[in-house]
Amino acid sequence: MPNDTRPLSPHLQVYRPQITSMLSILHRITGVVLAFVALLLAYWLSAAAYGPEAFGRAQALLESGFGRFVLFGFTFSLFFHLCNGIRHLGWDMLWGFELSQVRFSGILVLIVSSALTVLSWLMAYGHVGKL
Amino acid sequence: MINTPQQTKKLQSKLGRVRGLGSTREGVHHWWAQRMSAVALLPLSLWFVYSLISLTGTDYDTFIAWASEFGNSVFLVLLVVTMFHHAQLGLQVVIEDYVHSEMWKMGMVLFVKYGAVVFAASAIFAVLKISIAG
Repeated sequence: MPNDTRPLSPHLQVYRPQITSMLSILHRITGVVLAFVALLLAYWLSAAAYGPEAFGRAQALLESGFGRFVLFGFTFSLFFHLCNGIRHLGWDMLWGFELSQVRFSGILVLIVSSALTVLSWLMAYGHVGKL
Repeated sequence: MINTPQQTKKLQSKLGRVRGLGSTREGVHHWWAQRMSAVALLPLSLWFVYSLISLTGTDYDTFIAWASEFGNSVFLVLLVVTMFHHAQLGLQVVIEDYVHSEMWKMGMVLFVKYGAVVFAASAIFAVLKISIAG
């Protein structure tokens, strides 16, 4: 019979945080966050189909301070999951499997996804021409 | 030397090996579908972010005009289908990893899969309505 009190692998409580494990769990967290982005996309499109009032309410919600804060987090989640996903597809093809390469690509993914997030928001604000 | 790959392979039937079925009886289908939808989402999500940037601050009429353009409608439907498919595959793995009660596991996976279909259907219908009715 299974013993429910046995500790489960990978024994997170005794593991020292490392770039490899941290980015692995971040990939999962951002993936779950992006499922909510899919829900938001469905709500946004449905609001537009429903009419100007419903779309206006959705836009007001997204343009509020809290809305922008959440959207910024969604933007980073998308770019991180996308860049780290490319890293995963590389591993699937057995590219960059040396520990030094794994650490380097991990740091690269963090830098590139942060840069793309900031760049997108700068472009969006530049497009509107005001804050 | 009990668990070497050669030893494990001998325990599989020839038919099972030919069909590529593992312990989950589904082979690599889930894994492969996740990769294929991921590859499709690379251009789709970049197109979507670029579109959102150029749509920032636009009003209802401009958005409807943009979404009802043929190419944009097609890309929106493709994005919705691929995104919800990829999301439910990923959420399924997360649930299977962390939920240990079989009843809850099955219930939550079904909830996610039905939910993905419901929300994807409403998003697709929304795009079609915008595209056709304007």
